[in-house]
Amino acid sequence: MALIDTTMIWAVIIAFGVMMYVLMDGFDLGVGILYPFAPDEHSRDIMMNSVAPVWDGNETWLVLGGAGLLGAFPLVYSILLPALYLGVFLLLAGLIFRGVAFEFRFKARTSKHYWSIAFAGGSTLAAFAQGAVVGAYIQGFEVEGTAYAGGAFDWLTPFTIFTGIGLVIGYALLGSTWLIMKTEGGVQDWAYRVSLPLLAGLLGVFALVSIWTPLVDEFVRERWFGHLYLIWLLPAGALLCAWTLYRAVRRRDEGLPFVATMGIFVFTYLGLLASKWPYVIPPTFTLRDAASAPESQLFLLLGVLFVIPIVLAYTAWTYWVFRGKVRADAGYH
Amino acid sequence: MELDPILLSRIQFAFVVSFHAIFPVFTIGLAAYIALLEGLHFRTGNPAWEMLSKFWTKVFAVAFGMGVVSGIVMSFQFGTNWSNFSQASANFLGPVLSYEVVTAFFLEAAFLGVLLFGRDKVPKGTHLFAAIMVAVGTFISSFWILAANSWLHTPAGVELREGVFHVTDWAAAIFNPSFPYRFAHMALASFLTGGFVVAGVSAWFLLRGHAIEANRKALSMCLWLLLVLAPAQAVVGDFHGLNTLEHQPTKIAAMEGSWERHAGAPLLLFAIPDQAAQTNHFEIGIPGLASYILTHDFNGVIPGVSEVPRAEQPPVAIVFWSFRIMVGLGLLMIAFAVWGFVLRLRGRLYEPGRFHRLLPWMIAAPFIAVLAGWVTTESGRAPWLVYGLMSFSEGVTPSLSGWMALTTLIGYMLVYAVVYGSGAYYFYRVVTNGMEAPDHPEHGVGRPMRPLSGADVSWDDPSITAPATR
Repeated sequence: MALIDTTMIWAVIIAFGVMMYVLMDGFDLGVGILYPFAPDEHSRDIMMNSVAPVWDGNETWLVLGGAGLLGAFPLVYSILLPALYLGVFLLLAGLIFRGVAFEFRFKARTSKHYWSIAFAGGSTLAAFAQGAVVGAYIQGFEVEGTAYAGGAFDWLTPFTIFTGIGLVIGYALLGSTWLIMKTEGGVQDWAYRVSLPLLAGLLGVFALVSIWTPLVDEFVRERWFGHLYLIWLLPAGALLCAWTLYRAVRRRDEGLPFVATMGIFVFTYLGLLASKWPYVIPPTFTLRDAASAPESQLFLLLGVLFVIPIVLAYTAWTYWVFRGKVRADAGYH
Repeated sequence: MELDPILLSRIQFAFVVSFHAIFPVFTIGLAAYIALLEGLHFRTGNPAWEMLSKFWTKVFAVAFGMGVVSGIVMSFQFGTNWSNFSQASANFLGPVLSYEVVTAFFLEAAFLGVLLFGRDKVPKGTHLFAAIMVAVGTFISSFWILAANSWLHTPAGVELREGVFHVTDWAAAIFNPSFPYRFAHMALASFLTGGFVVAGVSAWFLLRGHAIEANRKALSMCLWLLLVLAPAQAVVGDFHGLNTLEHQPTKIAAMEGSWERHAGAPLLLFAIPDQAAQTNHFEIGIPGLASYILTHDFNGVIPGVSEVPRAEQPPVAIVFWSFRIMVGLGLLMIAFAVWGFVLRLRGRLYEPGRFHRLLPWMIAAPFIAVLAGWVTTESGRAPWLVYGLMSFSEGVTPSLSGWMALTTLIGYMLVYAVVYGSGAYYFYRVVTNGMEAPDHPEHGVGRPMRPLSGADVSWDDPSITAPATR
């Protein structure tokens, strides 16, 4: 036994990184998903301005997570990516289009429309692909030896399509509550209006997945209906957040809806981790199986522990600089 | 027809990495140039330096932004198409590639914003410091990438246990035998790329009489730089070749078009290598010169490709010709540097003429040379993914089928065509928009710290067609 358990530290770092990614890129992807439904072009400018300063910092967590996974849990990296081969391509294509559209839309006049389509389409595609990844993870992977052995479309099932749409709805809710916080006037009114239907949709997905998963997966059933009563605090927390969100939107609170939505995501995410723990490649490999050599984990840890505080501080600073309501005339032209 | 997932994955990786590589190669050189301009402006206060720095910072922003976008794809390529390889080499490559990511983020988070947007907001010294740190940061990034790449060619400091590489000596693995040569060769290539782009654009501006004083300065500096670096690159390339002869003799044999080990090998200027017959057709060469270059003896012995079994031979024609493209362009670059020097001696460096008209076309030369060089070294490694230890077929993703690799290859090509077509077009817009006088206020208060936002030129404003003369 080593002096410090680097594998556990890395598990926490990666879990934290994924959480950060989902919460932060979630709301800016959500803004992209809601984009085509905005009342007018002026609102779209405001919506984009609200996320323009921060979206790429948000994507930092995805790249950091990908690189960290290769370094700390190569088995997860080398099974997950082949298993999700076509999905990964869709995700990357979506993110690339979106990233470039972000930049060029602000610099365009006559061709603005095309960049808007690329932005909305890329955001929705990326969100759907991520949701499908979550579904595929719940489903589990066919593994032979230490390599993925399934087919190209194993990840694409009715269940994963459902979780894909579910995450699109979830991100849209993050986006709409973000807009409630960051905008005012017409855009904000519109964001208030769409939030509750989105919440209802998300709860529907939530309920169906909660019923579906234990029915088809014995491990999950055993985990939830075994003797681990504390685990029920997680869905309870998520429902409490949903209730808070409902009340906050009705009262026209400005900040609370976003915080409550983040709460729903955090509790759901923890619930998902609890369902599969300690498996990282369900149903075959645990955290320990997938870890790289301890000295490699340690070597990388030194750099990452140094840089994570910097990334966090930088992120916090960016949000601080661009705090307050977004107005159409300020900033990004 | 049977689709080969290994070949298609190699093409896909080559495609993605080539597109990605041209941006860092350019930005490394350009970052150093911007730092130099900032330093000159800091020392002399001459507004011409600031004007140049402002303009090239915009170009840097576009190139850096495009590089970041394509970099996201790179960090997933190993896993999707080369999963067995990723798993086997993760103990070394995982940390090294992660350190590259960490370095790049650190750089972007801390200094890029200040360089791109802080000119009027921070003290001059701070801005200069940020410019220097960005230049240093791009260098450190390339350090990690080249350490990883060199290790594939000359693996060291590791032990293969049960199909997984374990690092036994980090220093030996990172500073593996080919690393110093490869790193120096790439660093010089970056400066040459930056130099030819700046020289070409400056000449183009001078032809149009735009911002004469600043562009004369830029052209003059660049040509001094190229006069030193272009020949220096030939020398470093020669050392790199000697190192390759020691560690990867078959690659050298393919580069020279040498099938059998023999003494007094000619330097082939033209040949059509025939892998099936293990010989060349239509050879034209200078007797003994290849032996002289590689062994410093006209009768020196040069290895042959046929010494290794056919299954372990690289594709000779590709290696042979890409090497010649690289060297040919290198000689052309030296010729242009010397031409510029001759014009300078005659006092006609700034007279618009044939030199100024041809120089913009030379912008393409270093990019093509860099890509050809990568093709030479990477194809020359075949069929080894990790030289002598792991082949492409052992490293490929087992579940990957030919049509999956083909689908994503076409997909990436389409995405890149749109994205980089737009990027190239925008780069053109930035250049034709011309340089702005230093007293031009920087607009965009509260502007987000995005790299591409550093260039604020309109995408489709019809009034931008040619730089305004002043």
